[in-house]
Amino acid sequence: MSVVVKLSNVHKSFGPLKVLDGVSFEVARGEVVAVIGQSGSGKSTALRCINALETIQQGSIEVCGHAVHDEKLDKRKLRLDVGIVFQSYNLFPHLTAEQNIMLAPTCVKALGKKAARDIARDCLARVGLSEKADHYPEQLSGGQQQRVAIARSLAMQPKVMLFDEVTSALDPQLTGEVLKVMEDLARGGMTMILVTHEMAFARKVASQVVYMNKGKVWETGPGSMLDAPTTPELRDFVGSGL
Amino acid sequence: MPSFGLVHLEFLAIAAFWTIGLSAVAFIGGGMLGFVIALMRVSPSRLVRGIAITYVQVVQGTPLLILLFLIYFGLAIIGFDQLPAIIAAGIGLTIYSSGFLGEIWRGCIESVPKTQWEAAECLAMTRWQRMTRVILPQALRIATAPTVGFLVQIVKNTSLASVVGFVELAQAGKLINNSIFQPFMVFVTVAVFYFIICFPLSAWSRGLERRLNVGRR
Amino acid sequence: MTYQFDFSSLLPYWQQFAEGLWLTLQLSAISTVLGFVGGALCAIARADGPPWLQRVVGAYVEVIRNTPLLVQVFLVYFGIASLGLMVDANLAAVIALVVNVVAYTCEIMRAGIESVHKAQVEAAECLGLNRRQTYWHVVLRPAIERVYPALVSQYVLLMLASSITSQISAEELTAVANRIQSDTFRAFETYIVVGLLYLALSFVVRWAFWGFGMLVFTRRRKLGTAL
Repeated sequence: MSVVVKLSNVHKSFGPLKVLDGVSFEVARGEVVAVIGQSGSGKSTALRCINALETIQQGSIEVCGHAVHDEKLDKRKLRLDVGIVFQSYNLFPHLTAEQNIMLAPTCVKALGKKAARDIARDCLARVGLSEKADHYPEQLSGGQQQRVAIARSLAMQPKVMLFDEVTSALDPQLTGEVLKVMEDLARGGMTMILVTHEMAFARKVASQVVYMNKGKVWETGPGSMLDAPTTPELRDFVGSGL
Repeated sequence: MPSFGLVHLEFLAIAAFWTIGLSAVAFIGGGMLGFVIALMRVSPSRLVRGIAITYVQVVQGTPLLILLFLIYFGLAIIGFDQLPAIIAAGIGLTIYSSGFLGEIWRGCIESVPKTQWEAAECLAMTRWQRMTRVILPQALRIATAPTVGFLVQIVKNTSLASVVGFVELAQAGKLINNSIFQPFMVFVTVAVFYFIICFPLSAWSRGLERRLNVGRR
Repeated sequence: MTYQFDFSSLLPYWQQFAEGLWLTLQLSAISTVLGFVGGALCAIARADGPPWLQRVVGAYVEVIRNTPLLVQVFLVYFGIASLGLMVDANLAAVIALVVNVVAYTCEIMRAGIESVHKAQVEAAECLGLNRRQTYWHVVLRPAIERVYPALVSQYVLLMLASSITSQISAEELTAVANRIQSDTFRAFETYIVVGLLYLALSFVVRWAFWGFGMLVFTRRRKLGTAL
């Protein structure tokens, strides 16, 4: 299996605060990796580093052949290969669901209106929101907004998708509909890295679970690792979380 | 031709006091009338609200210059053609200020959450008590920044009082310029005077606004 | 009190009223368009330009906002004249109005630009939009939509404030009124008529902006948000 994302000994500090302290892990094509851990463990920062939203001080990050740690990195080329979905959706409020999705294909890939609209329709169908194409974000529920955000990322046909606590702002019922979409994506072979608090989802869908603690990768293994943690920290975390 | 000198500066300084005086008249008069307008705007009676809305729309939809002319010539028609200029200027600016302040303050009153009205109502307070004890104190806090901000508009608009013969800063500048014709020198100096009066008010208003926003967060 | 109102003696002047009204409209329209473009550019410079430019624009905005339009009009008109240049009053009026309204537009637009959340920009960048595309689609467009009502109020005020240029005899509505009242000695009636014309114009301008907003901002139209 080819490696799509590779972090090696990544260090990152915000001023005096050390957030990532020698983080290393690999993600192969088609893998679904769940990064878990307490808040403040550095998991979201690690994800943001992969997409060059944060710069790192030491170590290397390779994503689809892009050297992300390199100062000369062309961020726009990187982002053609990597999609990201945020906790707070970040849909553009002045555009409809469909226009939100069409924006990047028309701007970045210079597709025509019609081609972009076809893609948008297709992506909306994949997240089960075909009938909401002409709705504005404020007319949609949180779960629907998040699904549109996923569709927006999908439209750029990324090789890897990052999910940054995408269900944390949603109530349980809406969480379900978003997780369902993500599960479908995983089954379709998408390479995914998700920072999440949904243990059950991680156990069921992830091919690899990365438990982070104090800025380090504390424990890593298949989903079943959550049933038999080896470190006391993960045992505590799983015990309190479920 | 004489050039711009200390005499002119002194003349402008005196005129600046008239500008401030007229601003004070407009603010106090406009504030009192504006307060009434603001209360009328939130009145339960549709008629009262309608009168206030019409008043505000007429004042905000007519140039101050025209308003001043109307009052000046209107006063002459009803026989007051020997009045000092500050009367017509004061009335005109009072009406102008009341139209805008009334609307600003209405916004402040309405931005007090509805639940506050309901809470006060549930305590069996009368409408007047609710207004004076619960709503207005809260509205006042919100209103300070925009009110100080509007003070700047008043000061600047007193410059139009020159059209009814009131000698304030702008008119003084024009008179000086007529005699020495050094427009850059004269009007830049006049502008500096205005700036010295207005800038502290603007900065104060911004400061108040910032503090209010921090307090609300 | 035996004043006899007499509006009929104004009737022969209807054409001059109309011409003044037309010039007022032209002055306002030109100043609004130039003021919007200039103000938008200044706002971008003020919010995201290099530090020295931010300071320059900031100083300009403060100076304009803290001095009266009348003084600005005098400065432009008499100032240019004192340089020995022949200056058309209407042109001086437009220059002064534009210089003035650019500053106000800048301040309103800057508030709009700064109200756009950083996460929005981040999201656009993650979709691969470049700086210019991000700025236009994600910052400027929603910012303009948000501050549109404030801009409209400002431009209605501008239309009314254009009356001030009568003080340098730009031939707009107020200047026309000044001339007619000195011809007819019917000052009060003249200013009543002109006042009503301004009032009507302010409603028309407001409606026009409202209609334009509905046309441009589809979201407002769809959600029925008041403009």
